[in-house]
Amino acid sequence: MTMTMPDTAVAATAPLLEIRNLTKRFNAHGGGVVRAVENVSFSIGRGETFALVGESGCGKTTLTKLVLGLEKPTSGEILFHGADLATASSKAMHGYRRQAQAVFQDPYSSLNPRMRVSKIIAEPLMAHGIGDRDSQRARVLEMLDVVGLPKTAADLYPHEFSGGQRQRVAIARALSLKPAFMVLDEPISALDVSVRAQILNLLADIQDEFGLTYLIVAHDLALVEHFSSSVGVMYLGSMAELGPTESVFSHPKHPYTQALLASVPRPDPDHRAPVGVIYGEIGSAMAPPPGCKFHPRCPYAVDICKTTPPVDRELAPGQLVACHLAETIVPPVQSSIAPL
Amino acid sequence: MTDAAIIPAPMQKPPLLKVENLKTYLYLKRGVVRAVDGVDLEVAEGETLGIVGESGSGKTMTSLSMLRLLPKPSGRIVEGSITLDGTDLVKLSEDEMVRDWRGRRISMVSQDPLTSLNPVFSIGDQVGAPFRYHKLAQGRGAVRKAVEAVLARVRIPSPAKRIDDYPHQFSGGMRQRVVTAMAIACSPRLLIADEPTSALDVTIQVQMMELFRELQRDSGVGIIMITHDLGVAAGICHRVAVMYAGRVVESGDVREIFRNPAHPYTRGLLNSIPHLGRKRRRLEAIAGQPPSLIDPPRGCRFAARCPQKMARCDDYPPQFEVATGHKAACWLAEPRS
Ligand SMILES: Nc1ncnc2c1ncn2[C@@H]1O[C@H](COP(=O)(O)OP(=O)(O)OP(=O)(O)O)[C@@H](O)[C@H]1O
Ligand SMILES: Nc1ncnc2c1ncn2[C@@H]1O[C@H](COP(=O)(O)OP(=O)(O)OP(=O)(O)O)[C@@H](O)[C@H]1O
Ligand code: SF4
Ligand SMILES: [Mg+2]
Ligand SMILES: [Mg+2]
Repeated sequence: MTMTMPDTAVAATAPLLEIRNLTKRFNAHGGGVVRAVENVSFSIGRGETFALVGESGCGKTTLTKLVLGLEKPTSGEILFHGADLATASSKAMHGYRRQAQAVFQDPYSSLNPRMRVSKIIAEPLMAHGIGDRDSQRARVLEMLDVVGLPKTAADLYPHEFSGGQRQRVAIARALSLKPAFMVLDEPISALDVSVRAQILNLLADIQDEFGLTYLIVAHDLALVEHFSSSVGVMYLGSMAELGPTESVFSHPKHPYTQALLASVPRPDPDHRAPVGVIYGEIGSAMAPPPGCKFHPRCPYAVDICKTTPPVDRELAPGQLVACHLAETIVPPVQSSIAPL
Repeated sequence: MTDAAIIPAPMQKPPLLKVENLKTYLYLKRGVVRAVDGVDLEVAEGETLGIVGESGSGKTMTSLSMLRLLPKPSGRIVEGSITLDGTDLVKLSEDEMVRDWRGRRISMVSQDPLTSLNPVFSIGDQVGAPFRYHKLAQGRGAVRKAVEAVLARVRIPSPAKRIDDYPHQFSGGMRQRVVTAMAIACSPRLLIADEPTSALDVTIQVQMMELFRELQRDSGVGIIMITHDLGVAAGICHRVAVMYAGRVVESGDVREIFRNPAHPYTRGLLNSIPHLGRKRRRLEAIAGQPPSLIDPPRGCRFAARCPQKMARCDDYPPQFEVATGHKAACWLAEPRS
C-alpha cells in the first residue's frame, strides 16, 4: 500500500478533503440564530489525522456532520477529491457516503440494541447492495478479526458487550465498507479509562493497515498531540488556529491555544498548576462577541480586537493563526504557584 | 522492611472522615451488584482526597453512601461505618440525616451539575433553600444577603444583579459555580465533588480548581474529589485513593501514587494515558476489561488483566503498607520477612 504515512502525510498529494469558508447557522428554538460554524477553512491530506479541539459547543460536531453530508451548509464548500459535495450528483453522493464513515462517542446509543452484531456490521453493506449473504458474512468475520473480537461475537447482541467491546463493534461496522475516510467524534470519551488506550491503538493500527484518513474530535489535548498530524483549534464556531500538530503544540500562537495548552491538567503532582491563565466565560454562539470572538477573555486584546474579526495568516509553514497580534505576542511565562 | 513501615504513623488528630469496610450493594432483578465492597478511606480537615478509577468502579456509590442517598429501593449499606466528626452516619435515622447532616455538614457537587439546577426556579431561590431549611438565615432580606455572599464566594460577578436570573441565563461554568455555592452554603465540614469539572473546558476547569483550593484555604473544609482524570487528581489532591471494581486497590500521598505506584492497575493506568510533550505512536494499553460486579472474581479483582499475576492472586490481597501512609492491595506489596 502506498498511502500509509499517517504521521507525516500532507506534503505532495492533493488533499483528500478540502473545506472552504464553511458556515452553518441554526434557527434556535426560542428564536434567534445559532452561529455554530463560521467561515471555517482547512484541508486534510490522505492518510493524515486531523484533530478538532475546542470547548463544548464550539461547533466541532456540527462541522463533522457537515463533512459527512448529514447537515447542509448555510454557505461554503466541501470538496472530496476536488469535487464539491453540494453540486455532486446523487450517484456521486452515494459513492461519497460509502467512502466516508463515522464512529461516535457513545457506543451505547449508536448500536441498534435489537440487532445481532453480525447484522449491525453487515448493515452498511446491505444498504449499499454490496455482495451476497455469504460474502457479507465473510466480511463481518474479517472485520471482527480486525477489531480484535472473536468470531463468536457475531451472534451476540450489543448489551452482551462492555463499552470498549461495543466501540470495537462500531469501528468494525464503519470499516465494513472499506472507507477512505473516517470521522471519529470523541471515540473514547465514553469508555473506561483502562480500555481507552486499547481503542486508540486499534484506531492507529487500522489506519496503518487500510491507509485511512481520520478527522477526530477530542477534548483531551494530550491525546490530540499523541494521535493527530494536524490540529484545528476552534472557538465559538471559528477556527482560531490550525496547523501541523507539532508546530501548534510546541509554538502555539493564538492566545486561546496558549491558554488551552497551559490549562491542561498534567498527571504530575510536581507540575506547577497554572493560575489565572485566562478568566471569564465562553460567550454564546447566539450572540458571539464582535471583532475577535475571544477578545473578552484575551489578556492581550487591544481596540481593534473589539471591532474587527482577525483574518488568519500563515505564521509558520502550514500554521494559520486568526489573531490581530499573533506576530508580536510571545507565549506567557506561566505564572504559577506550587500545586499543594 | 522493618516493622515500623507496617505500623501506620500516628495521626496528629483523629481524621475528619473515616470510612471503614464499607459495603454498599444494589439489589437488582438481575442480581446483587457489589458496587462498594469493603472500602476504607480517610480524610483529614483541610485535606483533599482524590478518588480515581474507571467508570463503574463504585466512586459515586461510595459518595452516595456517605450522604445516605442511595438509589431506592435497590441500594443498601450492608456493612461498615462512615464516621464524620465522631458520628457514624450509617447509624443515623433519615430524620437526623436531613436535620443535621446532609447539605449541612456534608454536601455534594454532583456528577452532572449542569442538570442539577431546576430550570423553573431562580438562582436566588435555589441557593437560598439550604439557608432557609437549616435556619441559618431568617427572613427575605437576610436570606438574600446570605445568597449574595455565597455567590460572591464562588466568584460570580455582580451577584446582586444575577440573583434573580434563571439557570438558562448562566453558562456551563457559571452554573457549576452556582451548584458549588449551594453545596458550600452551610459551610460543610466535608464537600464531595463528583467529577465537578469533566463537562467543562480546561480553561474553565482551571478556574474551578482554583476556587476549590480557595474555599479550602478559607474554611478548612475536607474535600473528596472524584475524577477519572489523573491530571485533575495530580493537580489538586493531597492524597489519592485508586478504586477498581468496588474496592480501593491503592491509596497514599499524591506524590507516592504518581511517582511510586505499587499496584499493577495504578501503574498500568499511568502508563496507558498520553502525556503532553511525550509523543508516542502506541500507548501501553491494559488488556481486557473490568469484571462484572454481580459475580466478581474471588481473589484480586484485577488478576485477569494483571501482567504479574501469581497463584496467590486467587486469594484476595489485604492492604499492605508500602511506605508511610501508602497502601496497596496487591500480593507484590507484601513485606518480605
Ligand atoms: N440542530 C441544532 N439546532 C440548533 N442549534 C444547534 C443544533 N446543533 C447544534 N447546535 C448548536 O450549535 C453549537 C455547536 O454545537 P456542536 O454540537 O457542534 O458543538 P461541539 O463542539 O460538538 O460541542 P461538544 O464538545 O459539547 O460536543 C452549539 O451552540 C449547539 O447548541
Ligand atoms: N441506579 C443504579 N441502579 C443500578 N446499578 C447502578 C446504579 N448506579 C450505579 N450502578 C452500578 O453500581 C456500580 C458502581 O457504580 P458507580 O456509579 O458508583 O460508578 P462510578 O465509579 O461512579 O462510575 P463513573 O465513573 O461512570 O461515574 C456499577 O456497576 C453500576 O453499574
Ligand atoms: S485578536 Fe486580539 S483579542 Fe483576539 S486573540 Fe488576538 S489579541 Fe486576543
Ligand atoms: Mg460534539
Ligand atoms: Mg460516578
